[in-house]
Amino acid sequence: RRQDVLTITPWLAPIIWEGTFNSEILDSAYRPLNLTIGVTAFAIGKYTRFVGRFLESAEEHFMKGYQVNYYIFTDNPETIPSVQLQPGRRFVIVPIKKYPSWQEISMRRMEAINKHIAETSHQEVDYLFCLDIDMVFYNSWGPETLGDIVAAIHPGYFNVPRSQFPYERRSSSAAYIPDGEGDFYYGGAVFGGLVKKVYEFTRTCHMTILTDKANEIMAAWQEESHLNRHFLSHKPSKVLSPEYLWDDRKPKPPEIHLIRFSTVDKNYKEIRD
Amino acid sequence: RRDVLVLTPWLAPIVWEGTFNRDILNAQYMQKNLVTGVVTFAVKKYWFFIQGFMSSANKYFLAGHQVNFYLFTDNPEQISHLQMAPENHLFVIPVQNHSHWQDISVSRMDIIRRYIRSQFQYEVDYLYCIDIDVQLFEHIGVEIIDTLVATISPWQYTARRDSKSYETRTESQAAIPKGEGDFYYTESFYGGSVAEVYKLTRACFKGVMEDRENGIEARWHDESHLNRYLLYHKPTRLLSPEYYWDEEL
Repeated sequence: RRQDVLTITPWLAPIIWEGTFNSEILDSAYRPLNLTIGVTAFAIGKYTRFVGRFLESAEEHFMKGYQVNYYIFTDNPETIPSVQLQPGRRFVIVPIKKYPSWQEISMRRMEAINKHIAETSHQEVDYLFCLDIDMVFYNSWGPETLGDIVAAIHPGYFNVPRSQFPYERRSSSAAYIPDGEGDFYYGGAVFGGLVKKVYEFTRTCHMTILTDKANEIMAAWQEESHLNRHFLSHKPSKVLSPEYLWDDRKPKPPEIHLIRFSTVDKNYKEIRD
Repeated sequence: RRDVLVLTPWLAPIVWEGTFNRDILNAQYMQKNLVTGVVTFAVKKYWFFIQGFMSSANKYFLAGHQVNFYLFTDNPEQISHLQMAPENHLFVIPVQNHSHWQDISVSRMDIIRRYIRSQFQYEVDYLYCIDIDVQLFEHIGVEIIDTLVATISPWQYTARRDSKSYETRTESQAAIPKGEGDFYYTESFYGGSVAEVYKLTRACFKGVMEDRENGIEARWHDESHLNRYLLYHKPTRLLSPEYYWDEEL
C-alpha cells in the first residue's frame, strides 16, 4: 500500500507503483488466459547496437512465464545480433525503410506499428507494448502492466506542475494542448494495451502527425506530443509510474522504490547522425 | 483519499467519494453510447418499497444516462404510476411467489440468469442487481461502470478476515477456506457487463442447487455463494460501503 504517491487517477485508472499490487494474485488471474504479449521496438541506423542488451534484459525481466513476441523493426537486419530466448518466446525482424532525419524516423513509428498490427500482429498477440530500444530492463515488468490502454509517466515530469509540461503549445498544431489542461506528461518511449486499442490510437496519432505535416509544422516532441494530445481526450485505462520509464541520468527520488526499465546512456549527437 | 484503501492488490479501483471526478468519467462514458440495466425484486410485502426506490433511483442513479429498470414483482397491480426520467425505461416483470424468503432470494440468481439470456443481453451493456429496500440519497454515477463490480458490505468493512461471514463448512459449494477471502461483498448491489453477470448468476445458482441436493443451505444464502465466486473471479472494480449503507450502523 502506498500513501506517498497517487495510485489512482481521477478517472479511476490505477497508477502502477511498487507496493500497490500483488504479483501472485495477478499471475494467478492472467497465466491461465494463455496470453501472448507483443513488443515492438525500432532499431534504425546506429540504434541496432542496443538490441542485444534490450533483449537479454527483457528475457530476464519482461513478462516472465508468458509467451512473448519481440518485433524488431529495422533497416539493417544483418546487424541484429541473435539472442538466446526462453521457451515460448519469439523474435521477429520487421524490415522497414530508413527516413532521412531522426525526427521523421521517430514519428513514422506510429504508422509502422499500425500497419504491422493490421498485417500481422493482430493475429499473433493479445497485448502489445511499444518500447524504445535504447533501454534496459533492471527489474520485473509483469502482468500488473496489462490493460486496455496503457501509458507511462515521463520521468522528467512526474513531480512538476502542469504548466511546465512540454506539451505542444502552438494552436496551429494538431497536438496542441492549451494552458491549464492536461493530466500527466506521458513518455513516448512506453505505451501499449490491447492490440485492437493500440491499432486505434496509433492510427489517430499518425493522422494528427500527417495533419501537422500538411500544415508544415512539427510538434515540440514529435510523436510524444501527439500521444499526449490523444491521451488527454482518450484517457488511458492504466498508467505506469516512472519506475517503468526511467532515465538513469536522473537522481533517484524517494518515491521511486524500484527502477524497472531505463535509458542507456548515450551520445545523442553521435548516434542520431 | 489517504485514509482508505483505494486499490485492491489486484489493481481494481475501490470507489470512494474523493477518488474520482465524475465529469471526466461522464465525458468518457458519453463517447460510448452505453445502456445500463437495473434489476430489482419487489416480492410479497416488498412492493411497499417500489415507490421510494424508483423515485430516488430515477433522480440519482446514472442521472442523464439511459437506464432500463427491470422490476420483478408478484404484485404488478400494486404499482401505481411511476414518473420516469425521459431517458429511462421501466419494465415490470411478473414473478411467482415462494413460501420461504430464502427461496425467493436464491431463485433470483436463476431468474436473472434466464432473463439475461432471453432478453437483457440484447437491451443493455451493463447490468446491476440492487435490493429494492434502498433509497438513494446521493448521485450514483458512471464510476460504478466496469466489467465485474461488487460492493463491500458495510457491516463487514472493518471485520478481520477470520470473523467475516463467509461460509466455512466444506460441504457447501459456497465454502471459503480458512484464512482466505479478500473482502466481504454484499449481494444487495453488484453488477457489471451483461456477460459477466450471466456467468456470476449461473455459477451461484449452480452452487445453490448442488447444496440443496446435498441437504445444506449456505449461511447467508446467495450472498455466501456470491462471495465465493468473487474470491476466485476477482471483481474489476469495488464500490466502497458508501454505496450500500445501512442506517442502523
